[in-house]
Amino acid sequence: MRKIKDGTVIDHIPAGRAFDVLKILGIKGKEDVTVALVMNVESKKLGKKDIVKIEKRFLKREEVDKIALVAPTATINIIKDYQVVEKRDVQIPDEIVGLLKCINPLCISNAREPVTPRLKVESKQPLKLRCVYCDEVFGEEALEQLVSK
Amino acid sequence: MFKGRDVLSILDFTRTDLEELFAETDKILASPHSYENELKGFIMATAFFEPSTRTRLSFHTAMLRLGGSYIDLGELERSSVAKGENLADTIRMLDSYADIIVVRHRLEGAARLAAEIAEAPVINAGDGRKHHPTQAMLDLYTIRREKGVIDGLNYGVLGDLRFGRAAASFILALSIFKPRKLYLISPEILRARREVLETLESSKISFEEVNDLEAVLPELDVLYVTRVQKERFPDPAEYEKVRGSYIVTAKMLEKAKRDLIVMHPLPRVDEIAYDVDNTRHALYFKQAELGVWVRMALLKLILKG
Repeated sequence: MRKIKDGTVIDHIPAGRAFDVLKILGIKGKEDVTVALVMNVESKKLGKKDIVKIEKRFLKREEVDKIALVAPTATINIIKDYQVVEKRDVQIPDEIVGLLKCINPLCISNAREPVTPRLKVESKQPLKLRCVYCDEVFGEEALEQLVSK
Repeated sequence: MFKGRDVLSILDFTRTDLEELFAETDKILASPHSYENELKGFIMATAFFEPSTRTRLSFHTAMLRLGGSYIDLGELERSSVAKGENLADTIRMLDSYADIIVVRHRLEGAARLAAEIAEAPVINAGDGRKHHPTQAMLDLYTIRREKGVIDGLNYGVLGDLRFGRAAASFILALSIFKPRKLYLISPEILRARREVLETLESSKISFEEVNDLEAVLPELDVLYVTRVQKERFPDPAEYEKVRGSYIVTAKMLEKAKRDLIVMHPLPRVDEIAYDVDNTRHALYFKQAELGVWVRMALLKLILKG
């Protein structure tokens, strides 16, 4: 893969999850910029991993947080003028505010009310979330909403 | 410490908190007339978005017996909720009128949202399938009054443990104390929900999920009965098969301990046969009656400390 001049490299994505990362970033293949993707390559750290490289794209805070949920082992590398100017491990926050909806259809946070969903992260691996409002406990099934149509 | 607090889930309270509540209830029961003006000048608002007679009237009575007053949102069809007003706006309005708000709602977490919006303390009178903390408080108080203790007893919770908030709150309440053993007795599809089981697991209480009441009945000191509803079964034939197993009769209780107490959050339909009412075991009517006193203690502690 050619080196990118300016942009972002998302490394150490758990094998097979690169498509989820692209979905979160809204990348559909119609973009003007170069996007590179490798899947299931060898990794000292993970055994196997995926990597995504996007030219001329820098990630918003919200995007990094969403990626942390589907790819908790990921590293974000910011590239400027062919150099890695910043390298950051993603972190799942202790509480997810607004990024994910509670999966309970009876939760008040899903009704027409002035309320932002808040999910407490009870464990990161495996992912276990508890809705602050309705107390429902759930896991990775909540991530469907990030990666589905 | 209760002053100014919301009451959203029984799990927000420690053993010490609950013992303080029970001690206050004892005091009120010992001398009810000395509390006649305790909350004079205070106003409670009840906003029941789901029907209730018992709980709502229990709160009304409690407030009146303390010398306070209440306003009630009333029938939803006659209120601006019928015009499409949401919960948040309704609560804002009640917050400007009342010193304390009691909410019951079909949606889960509604009381927590109300508590975020209102400056006044909010009491959850039931949110969906999840919590009914004041029911759990009066249930524990009833047991303590009748048995002298809550710890060290064998408990059976029977019926709909999946959709019933009274059962769920009672189970959660027990996790704050030290029961000797807890049997969760229900049909397979009405087992307790994940978040309830997880709380039990981390509390390290000895508990077991079973199908058969009669198998464990002889061991129990307390049997808490809730209704198994036909509507909860996707297949009506399935319901017909199991319904008999979740009914309590006087005949069945011949095999129980002499001092077993049978409780029920009420209203009961047919899950406790009428012939149980006159046995020494029946405590459910006394339980409902004690609810008023427990709610009096709660209102007093929240509004005045």
